[in-house]
Amino acid sequence: MATRHQKTLARLMVAPSVLLLLGWMIVPLAMTLWFSFQSYNLLSPGMEQFIGWTNYKYFLSDPAFWTAMQNTLLLVGGVLVITVGGGILLALLLDQPMFGQGVVRILVIAPFFIMPTVSALVWKNMFMNPVNGLFAWLAKAVGAQPIDFLAQYPLLSIILIVAWQWLPFATLILLTALQSLDSEQMEAAEMDGAGTWAKFTHLILPHLSRAITVVILIETIFLLSVFAEILVTTNGGPGYQSTNLTYLVYSQALLQFDVGGASAGGIIAVILANIVAIFLMRMIGKTLE
Amino acid sequence: MGSITLQQVRKSFGDVEVIPGVDLEINDGEFVVFVGPSGCGKSTLLRLIAGLEDVTSGQIMIDGRDVTHAPPSQRKLAMVFQSYALYPHMSVRKNIAFPLKMAGMAAAEQERRVQHAAGILNLTDYLDRRPGQLSGGQRQRVAIGRAIVREPSAFLFDEPLSNLDAALRVNMRVEISELHKKLATTMVYVTHDQVEAMTMADKIVVLRAGRVEQVGSPLELYRKPANRFVAGFIGSPNMNFIEGEAAARLGAHAIGVRPEHFAMSTTDGAFAGTVGVAEHLGSDTFLHVELDGGTPIVARAAGEFPVDHGDRIWLTPQEGRVYRFDQQGLAL
Repeated sequence: MATRHQKTLARLMVAPSVLLLLGWMIVPLAMTLWFSFQSYNLLSPGMEQFIGWTNYKYFLSDPAFWTAMQNTLLLVGGVLVITVGGGILLALLLDQPMFGQGVVRILVIAPFFIMPTVSALVWKNMFMNPVNGLFAWLAKAVGAQPIDFLAQYPLLSIILIVAWQWLPFATLILLTALQSLDSEQMEAAEMDGAGTWAKFTHLILPHLSRAITVVILIETIFLLSVFAEILVTTNGGPGYQSTNLTYLVYSQALLQFDVGGASAGGIIAVILANIVAIFLMRMIGKTLE
Repeated sequence: MGSITLQQVRKSFGDVEVIPGVDLEINDGEFVVFVGPSGCGKSTLLRLIAGLEDVTSGQIMIDGRDVTHAPPSQRKLAMVFQSYALYPHMSVRKNIAFPLKMAGMAAAEQERRVQHAAGILNLTDYLDRRPGQLSGGQRQRVAIGRAIVREPSAFLFDEPLSNLDAALRVNMRVEISELHKKLATTMVYVTHDQVEAMTMADKIVVLRAGRVEQVGSPLELYRKPANRFVAGFIGSPNMNFIEGEAAARLGAHAIGVRPEHFAMSTTDGAFAGTVGVAEHLGSDTFLHVELDGGTPIVARAAGEFPVDHGDRIWLTPQEGRVYRFDQQGLAL
C-alpha cells in the first residue's frame, strides 16, 4: 500500500518526464493553433495578421477537403478490412504445424521491417508499372490489357500497398492471441459436436476479439496519417483521387505555401483523430470489460 | 446403454509406446476409475476412448459398435476436462446449451434441458453469469451440466477434482457419486488419487506405464492385490514392506502389512522398533516407527495410543493380513 508520502514522492519522480512530454506536445499544438488564425503565406513574408476563422472557412469550403475526408476514411477502412480479415486467415494458417514454420513466420513478418517509402516505390515500379511491372507482365502473359493501377485505381492501389505493410502486424498480434487459446476448450467443443466453422465462430472469433480491437486501434492511429506512400506513388492524384487529409495539409503548406490554411487543416485533423480515438477507446473498454 | 470394450488398444507417440496393449471391458452403468501414478497413460487411455487421440492399433467398441475411427462427436460420449474447458465468453446457460445448439435442437427443448440440468446441479441462480464470475466448484458443476444435457451413453472425467481445494474435493466427490446413482449412466473417471478411486468406483483399473496391473472392485484390490505395485498404491497410508529375514521366514522375498493391521504393544511383539514421529489425531494415532533393522514402518492404532518420540514399541501383524511377494513383486 502506498502511503501519502510515497505518492508525493512518486509524483515528483515522474514529473520531469511528464513535463517534457507535455511541452513536446503543447508547443507545436499551440503554434499550430496560433498560425491557424493568421494570414500567413510563405510567398508574402512580413504580411502576417490575425484573420479570425477565415482559414477554417476556406479549408472547409475547399472541394478537395471533402474528397480528402472521404479518401481518408476509405483508406483507413479498406486497410483495416484487409489486414484484419487477412490477418485472421494467415494466423490460422501459421498456427498449423508445418515444415519450416519458423522460416515462414519470419517471411510473413518481413514486410513490416521495410520503410514505407521503399515498399511504395517497389510496388510502384516493380509491380504496378503498366510497362515493366509484374502485374503488367502477368496480364500480357494471358493476353489481357495491362492495368495502369496508379492512374486508373489510385486509391485502391494505395490501400493495397498500405495493407501489404500492415498485414504482418495484424498477423503477428492475432497469431499470438490464437496460440493462447486453451486446447482443452477446442477439444471440448469437438466432443460437443462443433464443426470447423462452428468452432471458428463460437470459440476462435470471440477469443480473438480483444486482439482484433487492439489491432484496429493501433492501425487506425497510424493509418489516419498515411503520407509517404502517397507522396512517392501518386502525389495525391490524379486530381484529388488519392489525396487524404494529411496529404492535403502537406500540399496546402508546402506546395501552396499557405501556412495559415494548412494549420487550420492540421487542427481539423487533430479533432477528427480525437473523435475516432474516443470511439475506439469506448470499443476497447467494452471488449476488455 | 453405455458399454465400452477395448481390444488390444495400443498407442504410441513416434517411437514412444505409451500404451502397449490394453484389453478392458466396461459394463453399462458402471463407475470405472482409472488410477495410477502420473505418466502412467491413464489420461491417454481416456482420450483414446473419447476419440481425441487416434489409436495406433486395436479396437474400441461402444455398445457393440466399432468406433475406433469415429470422430469424437459421433461416439455419444461427454467429457469433463481437468481445466473444465468452459467457454469464457458465454453465459452458463449458453455453455450448457452449446452441445444442444450444435446438434440443432429446438430452442424450447434446449431451455427445458438446461433448466433440468441446472436443477440437478444447483445452478439455477447462476445461469446468466459468465464462468469467470463463478467459484471453482460452480465451474466444475457447469462442466458437468454441459456433459449431462447431451444425455450421453457414458461420461468421461479427466481428473476433474484436481483444481479444487481439499474440502470442496470431498463435497464434489460425493456429488458425482450421487449423480451416478441418479443417472445410472456409465462413468469413466481418471485420477491419480487412490482415495477418490476407492470411494467412488464400482471397478478400479490400476495402471502402470500403460499396462493394466489389476482390475477389480475397491475392496478386492484392498484385500487381494495382485502385486506389490497395486498393494503399495491402494490404501492410505501406504502398505509397509519388510524384506530380508522376516520375509524369508514366511517363504517370500518381501512381506507387506497395512498400517491398520498392526497390533501395538509397549512390552513385546514380532517386530521391535523406535517411535519417530507420533501423530495423535484423537480418532487415530499414526506412528512412524523405525524397526531395529532400519526398515521404516507406518502403523495406525485406532483411538489414542500414548507413546512419544523415542519410545520403544513392538508391532505384531494381524493373522491373515500379511501379504507375501516374490522376487518379481507378484503376490504369492
